[in-house]
Amino acid sequence: MTKEETGRGDRPTAIENQGSRLIKRAIRPLVAIRPEITAICAGFLVGAIVVWVTGHPVVETFYHLFRGAFGSRIAIGMTLTRATPIIFTGLAVAIAFKCGLFNIGAEGQLQVGAFAAAWVGIALPPMPPVIHISLAFAAGAAAGLLWAVVPAVLKVTRGAHEVVTTMMLAHVGILLASYLVTGPFKDPGPVPQTEWIASTAQLTRLLPPTQLSTALFVALLCAIAVYLFLWKTSPGYAIRAAGLNPKAAEAGGVPVARSIMLALLLSGALAGLGGAGEILGVFHRFIDGFSPGYGWTGIGVALVGRMHPLGVILAAVLFGALRAGGGTVARAVGVPLDITVVIQGTIILFIAAQRMTEFLWERRRKK
Amino acid sequence: MRQITKDFPGVRANDAVDFKVAQGEIHGLLGENGAGKSVLMGILYGLYQPTSGEIFIHGRAVAIRSPAEAIALKIGMVHQHFMLISNMTVAENIVLGFEPDGYFWNRKEIAQRVAQFAAEAKLPINPEETVGQLSVGAQQRVEILKVLYRQAQILILDEPTAVLTPQETEALFRAMRALRDQGKTIIFIAHKLKEVLSICDRITVLCRGKLVGTEDAGATDESKLAEMMVGTKVVPATRIGEATIGDRVLEVKDLTADGERGERALEGLSFELRAGEILGIAGVEGNGQTELVEVLTGLRRPTGGKVFLSEADLSGITPRTALDYGIRHIPEDKRKRGIIPGFSVKENLILGDHCRPPFKGRFSWLMERVIRRFADKRIEEFQIQTPSRDTPIDSLSGGNQQRLIVGRVYGHQKRPTLLIAAQPTCGLDVQATRYVRQKLIELSDQGAAVLLVSADLDEVMAISDRILVIHNGRLHEASKRPSRQELGLLMIGGREDE
Repeated sequence: MTKEETGRGDRPTAIENQGSRLIKRAIRPLVAIRPEITAICAGFLVGAIVVWVTGHPVVETFYHLFRGAFGSRIAIGMTLTRATPIIFTGLAVAIAFKCGLFNIGAEGQLQVGAFAAAWVGIALPPMPPVIHISLAFAAGAAAGLLWAVVPAVLKVTRGAHEVVTTMMLAHVGILLASYLVTGPFKDPGPVPQTEWIASTAQLTRLLPPTQLSTALFVALLCAIAVYLFLWKTSPGYAIRAAGLNPKAAEAGGVPVARSIMLALLLSGALAGLGGAGEILGVFHRFIDGFSPGYGWTGIGVALVGRMHPLGVILAAVLFGALRAGGGTVARAVGVPLDITVVIQGTIILFIAAQRMTEFLWERRRKK
Repeated sequence: MRQITKDFPGVRANDAVDFKVAQGEIHGLLGENGAGKSVLMGILYGLYQPTSGEIFIHGRAVAIRSPAEAIALKIGMVHQHFMLISNMTVAENIVLGFEPDGYFWNRKEIAQRVAQFAAEAKLPINPEETVGQLSVGAQQRVEILKVLYRQAQILILDEPTAVLTPQETEALFRAMRALRDQGKTIIFIAHKLKEVLSICDRITVLCRGKLVGTEDAGATDESKLAEMMVGTKVVPATRIGEATIGDRVLEVKDLTADGERGERALEGLSFELRAGEILGIAGVEGNGQTELVEVLTGLRRPTGGKVFLSEADLSGITPRTALDYGIRHIPEDKRKRGIIPGFSVKENLILGDHCRPPFKGRFSWLMERVIRRFADKRIEEFQIQTPSRDTPIDSLSGGNQQRLIVGRVYGHQKRPTLLIAAQPTCGLDVQATRYVRQKLIELSDQGAAVLLVSADLDEVMAISDRILVIHNGRLHEASKRPSRQELGLLMIGGREDE
């Protein structure tokens, strides 16, 4: 009798437990990304204050920002178009960071990658699109990789800090691409741009009239590949180990120098792929100054995305949405596009600051 | 100190501890690592604030919010790691922070004053010497003088003997007795039972944050204290019976190597190690042990000499090749060389084997199923206390991290041919220490050659088949059954018959 009673009494609690466990499970990812959520809220709050102080209607601005980013098929297409290149560069920064390296030269790697892809698109004879596109992407990746060779070699052999070398080479890359398109490869006309790439090298547009192309799929494939590589393969394991504790990794038989090389080269290749995607999918030619700084934005994307491929995708969509929505805001309310830069900047700042406070907090607690 | 409780996130380091010390006594504070000794003394010295409880000094309730306030109350602490400025002189270090007034200071006068002060305290020292050139024992004396110069009446010594040779320890004990006779109170934090018994008047034992009891040194003995420390009787792991020694595994010939700052660290070492043998290398830290271990594991390039492993020339190999040859390594600095923080237990367990089958499959794929099964097996076999194989290693205690490292040297299928264990039980509690030593013995019984490098004499003596002493980058062979005294003399570079 008592047994039955306890049995009956237990059941609801068991269900209750299960219920609360389910809720906990649903909440857990949200709790885990609490710093990011706070930073994003803070970014929008600061953005709102700036809009308000400069005498623009706050609610209307944010309504148009959202509408411009997600309000229609076309808006979503624009957002994803903007997100595509920064998924690539975000992945590039993230994979290097997993090995403890800060590749801040993704912009240069992206530009040389873009130019190489354009050249393949223009110079090669007609061939089936699949092959032509693959070759163009491969050229972009190869050029970006090549641009990371010097920093990687200097890092491994001389211990030169990659922040300095990648940064310097970024400017070399940007100016080199700029020189090529204003000089030897310039299409006749006032604009410094190459001629059109062959139609067989152009990517399929997904949501016309937006410029969203299958480059997005390539980006997502790269994200999956980076995830699998880093977490499911032996060299990926070595890269992460070398990034977290090079001394212990070395003692454990991880060839640290080789891991550093590999991580930096892959980083360059990913950035180069991003440049290729822009040329093959969006512009169909290399135009001087086509990139509004996708390489630099990639650093912020990787930071907000916590150096994880999934996080990078989400952060890239957020930043892409800000860019797309910012255009609409400028047209509809007259708030300058710069407002999105303010929001982006604040988000990054808050994330960096939180890492800092966490760090200080840890140190205090240890004391 | 009455009813002291201190909570850290997730742990209660001190649980309602009552601790009384009488003036003019040497009071031992004994407990395993993590028993809460250092935290309790940290509270007394103002490093931590207690969650609850009160402190009385000479019957007066006091609140100690910082070390400065502790110093004002005439409490001084000598930390395990010295807080000295190594390129300043002894005198400058001692008066630091308490310099005489005025812009210019007379070096001579200060040196004289310090010398006089040291002589009065019966801790003679040359005040003009640069601290960096002093031996560890002398540096410790400077630390004690520094504390006394701040007029401390209560001295806290945090494991002062951990870094000393037996001779230096004796000198320290003489100094401590002299200080007691001058009316100072000394709290001696330790975990070596023999030392505590030989020097202390009374002994307080802590276990897992709780007070176990306070005993008069005359009325207790080692096994009773050990029982109090761990709650159960301790049987120290020692080698039972003779080892079966096999073929020569390792041969080192005239090995030389440089240290971190380019100084000559190994001055031509030669020795042999056979299968099934445990070769102990004793010595005070910093006499070339680190460099020797690093050369043998491929982490440091030798400048001369040869290393052979079963006839294969392994001079100047990479760590990866060393692993390929079955050389396994328990690094002396666990956090620096042993584990990858941020990696899970499982990921840490495969380090070193991650690049070879069966963990590495086709296309360098990591074989998740094999790895999981292996991790679960190791966790069970080596009693690694962890919520799961996917728990980050950072959240494990030091003892469990060490169990993991020991579990890792067993490899996946192949047992190591040569195990290099550097300070394998440093910082571990009694039970974990015994466990690790048993595993070393077990490995050697299975035919592995074991090179045990340890600063802990008892450890070297307990499980080694043969003992070498390293001093200033040179090896000295000890006799078959050496006494502590003989080893101690070798450790400071002398021979017994000298």
